[in-house]
Amino acid sequence: MSQSVQSSGEHQPDENRRDFLTLATTAVGVVGAGCALLPFVDSMNPSKDVLALASVEVNISNIPVGQAIKVMWRGKPVFIRHRTEREITEAEEVSLNELVDPQTDASRVEKKEWLIVVGVCTHLGCIPMGTATGEPRGDYDGWYCPCHGSHYDSSGRIRKGPAPANLVVPEYTFVSDTTVKIG
Amino acid sequence: MSAPVWNNKVVKWVDDRLPVFSMLHHSAYEYPTPKNLSYMWNFGSLAGFVLVTMILSGIFLAMNYTPHADMAFWSVERIMRDVNYGWLIRYIHMNGASMFFICVYIHIFRGLYYGSYKAPREMLWWIGILILLAMMATAFMGYVLPWGQMSFWGATVITNLFTAFPVVGESIVQLLWGGFSVANPTLNRFFSLHYLMPFVILGLVVLHVWALHTVRSNNPTGVEIKTPQDAIAFHPYYTIKDLFGMGVFLIFFLFFVFFAPDFFGEPDNYIPANPLVTPPHIVPEWYFLPFYAILRSIDFSVFGVPAKLLGVLAMFASIIILFVIPWLDTSKVRSSKYRPVYKWFFLILFIDCFILGYCGKKAPDDYFMGIEGLKVITVGQLATLYYFAHFLVVMPLVGKLERPKPLPASISQSVLKEGANA
Amino acid sequence: MRKFALTAIAAAFALTAFTGGAAKAAGEGPVPEAQEWSWHGLFGTYDRAQLQRGFQVYKNICAGCHSLRFIAFRNLEGIGFNEDQIKAIAAEYDIEDGPNDDGDMFTRPGIASDYFPSPFPNSKAAAASNGGAIPPDLSLMAKARMHGPDYIVALMTGYEEEAPEGFDLADGKYYNHYFPGHQISMAPPLYDEAVEYTDGTPMTLEQHAHDVAAFLNWTAQPELEARKSLGWKVMLFLIVLTVMLYAVKRKIWRDVEH
Repeated sequence: MSQSVQSSGEHQPDENRRDFLTLATTAVGVVGAGCALLPFVDSMNPSKDVLALASVEVNISNIPVGQAIKVMWRGKPVFIRHRTEREITEAEEVSLNELVDPQTDASRVEKKEWLIVVGVCTHLGCIPMGTATGEPRGDYDGWYCPCHGSHYDSSGRIRKGPAPANLVVPEYTFVSDTTVKIG
Repeated sequence: MSAPVWNNKVVKWVDDRLPVFSMLHHSAYEYPTPKNLSYMWNFGSLAGFVLVTMILSGIFLAMNYTPHADMAFWSVERIMRDVNYGWLIRYIHMNGASMFFICVYIHIFRGLYYGSYKAPREMLWWIGILILLAMMATAFMGYVLPWGQMSFWGATVITNLFTAFPVVGESIVQLLWGGFSVANPTLNRFFSLHYLMPFVILGLVVLHVWALHTVRSNNPTGVEIKTPQDAIAFHPYYTIKDLFGMGVFLIFFLFFVFFAPDFFGEPDNYIPANPLVTPPHIVPEWYFLPFYAILRSIDFSVFGVPAKLLGVLAMFASIIILFVIPWLDTSKVRSSKYRPVYKWFFLILFIDCFILGYCGKKAPDDYFMGIEGLKVITVGQLATLYYFAHFLVVMPLVGKLERPKPLPASISQSVLKEGANA
Repeated sequence: MRKFALTAIAAAFALTAFTGGAAKAAGEGPVPEAQEWSWHGLFGTYDRAQLQRGFQVYKNICAGCHSLRFIAFRNLEGIGFNEDQIKAIAAEYDIEDGPNDDGDMFTRPGIASDYFPSPFPNSKAAAASNGGAIPPDLSLMAKARMHGPDYIVALMTGYEEEAPEGFDLADGKYYNHYFPGHQISMAPPLYDEAVEYTDGTPMTLEQHAHDVAAFLNWTAQPELEARKSLGWKVMLFLIVLTVMLYAVKRKIWRDVEH
């Protein structure tokens, strides 16, 4: 190529002359480009219809003592367990020092006989076993997560295994003696 | 041209293994660009910018869109109403399609006026036409996705074009539809292809730029770079000029997005697709109107070839003909600036395309601009005739007969002369 | 050269302006009169009181036949209702839900996240009850018709008692000046005092028509206010940036003869 460009000649702008104007324009441009990306990122957040998803009302009158049911709430299972006297006592008598994530049983239930927790293992999101009759309930009469072996007690608290925290208690209220509204 | 020396160790380490920095340096500082490019040369990079915008907004739309006949319309409305800034992203995408065609059409007319298709830029020109064809396919399939009335009937009419071909026509159309009419399988495959095509376009753009860097930019004089004084580095001169142009263009683009988002659209596309009712006026999007007019203007058969097939062939020919214009144009001079006769024919072609667009929009039996007795179809036929005559007759003849004005000795000289006149 | 370019640009603009205008004017039916709307212009916003009156018209009159299926009760926040008002409005509607534990569908009072229920279970039922014509969904009406809200006003007020002499009006159809083809299946829906306003606004046919058209423009473009308010900020920013870019461009190019 016989031609070379004038880039090294008289038209090369002096690097030192990167004056205020150029800097300011660059700054404004970069800020603008950044702001332009925000709506795109925000579009990935939960949309209004997802946020408006209804709360669920569950009829709990036909859950016998000692059994539990699973209901769907916001795309996740919620465990509702009708606890036996023994399970309640076990849950209440554990000393807080023994717990990985110390919480009293009383702070986790509205009514002693009903335990309501989000059925998602706090380790990596599997669904623990122990809700249906006959499933393993782990070493503490609660739930057992088959993915990585976390044991939850009859208050849904983590007792053994890799999970870092207790099963989450969702917001709920008893609309009547037989109906609970989750969310 | 010697490779630059990198002082930064990391940069050097990377560059020794994958010369990205050398390549950037090469195309930014060493790539010689004519110093006299006008603002007409902004539209190539602008089109590239719109392509990126379309891909970006499209990816985010696809996250919320459902390509199913029962849910597509609903999912688009969900984007408009419930997704955070969904309306903004969709309106950017919708108007972006129009902006893409505006940029590309100006880019093409610029190339036609300044003879940018002539040797040695034939490959560059061809790849450009391929990009236009790919864009048309992409735009057409994208328009089907909202599954409104215009989507559905546009898809029906355009896919039915293929039935014009004898023997194989019917099979081709069934293959395109995945059934016996435009329906859910059609929508589903159009979505798949609409997502694929932009990346094909992107690949073609890379080839386009590669070819450009091989043959260099044309310029308003059409005289090649002869001495170093004729050229300047792309960066910073043309980067800043492109950026400024982009600012002006964004004001134009986003004005429509924010204040007249449905300006380029058709009201009927806000009615969900209904296979039982055709809207009274079906018209393609504005960027297809001239081609639609050419299609419709053939309402007669020739030597037993039916009008329907002729129309389809004419429409395809109107683009295919662009491939051969490097050889149809017999003039030794590139730029129409120095072609006192041809430049008026160019102006006629330019206006002709607008007339074709107008004819594509109107019903064939309407009167042209309300002029009693002058039917749109007749004007469309004349305009079609000129369109082809321009390339097949005017280009070869005028090139031979016309006496061009004297060309400047070099780009630098032309710059100085104009400067003296001003 | 410059003169040539100017000629070309002028020709292009003249053609677009002329052909564009002519093309718009050539739709079927007469062009409806352009109305004054509060949301026009760069900074235009909706008039909440008008939207609420329009909603009242929709609810009491249109909803008998026309669905509004893209609108949820929660969306009514956009026309100025608060959470309790929305709950109360939603509860007035029966929403089909289910299946329940016995596998049956049941109805319950609506809640904020429900969508406006359709007056007919399906399009066949809608056609059967309306002499074969399906009343269209109204959510997007203001965008789905040329001239949008202006057309809605014109249609509501464009009924004639009797078809003009010589016009062959089919049985069960009504003559409307602005409807394409003039024969419409919908009986004149609005009349003076069709709905009782509580805010002292005159209860004329004209006013009802304007209010419901405004409401339907909101259902079609609920994002309008957010769009315009973001729009002029973006415009302002871009103008500043572009002027700065131009100054930088001038500075970089000042030594180049071009």
